[in-house]
Amino acid sequence: MSITPETARKVARLARIRVEEADLPALARELSGILSFMEQLNEVDVAGVEPMTSVTPMLLRLREDRVTEGGMAARILANAPDQREGFFAVPKVVE
Amino acid sequence: MTLNTLSIAEARDLLRRREISARDLTMSCLAAIDTSDELGAFVHRTPDIALDQARAADARLAAGEAPAMCGIPVGIKDLFCTRGVASQAASNILGGFRPEYESTVTARLFEAGAVMLGKLNMDEFAMGSSNETSCYGPAVNPWKVDDRRLTPGGSSGGSAAAVAADLCLAATGTDTGGSIRQPAAFTGIVGLKPTYGRVSRWGIVAFASSLDQAGPMTKTVRDAAIFLQAIAGEDAKDATSAALPVPDFEAALTGDIRGRRIGIPREYRMDGMPAEIERLWSEGAAMLRDAGAEIVDISLPHTKYALPAYYVIAPAEASSNLARYDGVRYGHRATLGPGEGIVEMYERTRAEGFGPEVRRRIMIGTYVLSAGFYDAYYNRARKVRALIRRDFETAFAEGIDAILTPATPSAAFELGAQASADPVAMYLNDVFTVTVNLAGLPGIAVPVGLDAQGLPLGLQLIGRPWDEAGLLAHAHVLEKAAGFVAKPARWW
Repeated sequence: MSITPETARKVARLARIRVEEADLPALARELSGILSFMEQLNEVDVAGVEPMTSVTPMLLRLREDRVTEGGMAARILANAPDQREGFFAVPKVVE
Repeated sequence: MTLNTLSIAEARDLLRRREISARDLTMSCLAAIDTSDELGAFVHRTPDIALDQARAADARLAAGEAPAMCGIPVGIKDLFCTRGVASQAASNILGGFRPEYESTVTARLFEAGAVMLGKLNMDEFAMGSSNETSCYGPAVNPWKVDDRRLTPGGSSGGSAAAVAADLCLAATGTDTGGSIRQPAAFTGIVGLKPTYGRVSRWGIVAFASSLDQAGPMTKTVRDAAIFLQAIAGEDAKDATSAALPVPDFEAALTGDIRGRRIGIPREYRMDGMPAEIERLWSEGAAMLRDAGAEIVDISLPHTKYALPAYYVIAPAEASSNLARYDGVRYGHRATLGPGEGIVEMYERTRAEGFGPEVRRRIMIGTYVLSAGFYDAYYNRARKVRALIRRDFETAFAEGIDAILTPATPSAAFELGAQASADPVAMYLNDVFTVTVNLAGLPGIAVPVGLDAQGLPLGLQLIGRPWDEAGLLAHAHVLEKAAGFVAKPARWW
């Protein structure tokens, strides 16, 4: 499976990573190389095999539905690149 | 004084007898760190915290109520969040990040009285096998045979270099595809990846959540047992941590493995494997046989497909985990041009903050999870993963207690040697270790010998799920029989 520069552009966009137009062909070649390595998986007979969902058999545990931690907005915001009035601040999202 | 060269067990006994103080031990490590810039191991130093913790440890020791790790100076991989101390996963995107919380592993170490010397170099987001993807520049292997600077391996390269060079008594590592065991083998130390779920992942920067597991990197197998004891066990903050009792790991080091069955998987005899690695492997098997174990040829037929499956699953999980680095809540945010909005902020922030290997893996992960390819790549890889685990289950069901393999396909290589190679060549470093992560098993790298150039080589033992105690017992016997005592000659 070969990745075209057009597909590479789409993937970069989905991943929200800016890639300059001039770098797309090289990126496409790199991704193609890695994907062709993965093509080996097609040799394996996986008929009737369930995809592994849990590394070790375990049930998700339930906990009591009560507040355990909270009231630490200042600590949560402490590392924000931009914060105002107790909120994370971002560029304008809606016109 | 060379207190920094002590093992944990030796230091523990001297501390408890009050023959040395935690303060002197800590000072000895801090002095070693101060003259080790060329190793690039410690990337954030915390001498003030260390001396405060040493003082508190001495008080506990004086009171006679000291756990085994009390007063033991350790290094912490940069992937662990440590409250108020830079924790940036060797990535520019977490530049300036100072967590407001403590990872469970470091919290347990500190409760046990351990002393933090600082944060250790690693591959960016633990993605790499040579420490060269780090935003700090590479850590360097204390072992060398000529003028070349060698890699300490990765991703826990700083941890491995620091322990091998006696900058600390032990260090934390994390292992997603071999990131504890490969660097341990490259530097002649012991590296233990516990069973998935044995150690809490809470507060460790996530790479691939179904594969990541933290563990000790130490000078001896006994030290690995002591260290694991301090960090293992259920944690309410990590739903995948197991609600199982934690046995006494050090007590398991009986030296008696008579009648144990050790599997030698024929599929690990790879084409083009260096003769030295092959010989080391046979010698390791002979050592275990001489100790009374039975050596059994076994088959793990899907071994060949572990690496490609891993390089689908790990990037898929990473692309999801690393979506959180968006310039909103912490770390780097790109400066925007006129008219640019939030999408440009995300895209520029992530292009500037992530290095090339991390960007590549996020995009591969994005691709294999995207509509139309999810079944062909991601689901197929998860099915192959189920088959790889079944291989191990079959072997264990047939009475195999542990499996012996090489730890790495080569000794440490030169920094930069694989820089121009395609990414897949670097991935091959994980060929012997990655199966263990896919199957969630415990694995340990033990130094066994030197190659013809004089560089350390290690073997890997793989254990049954939750049987770190048995695994450590086997490793302890192998370590004793191999008698590996070589240390790197100091050049830094």
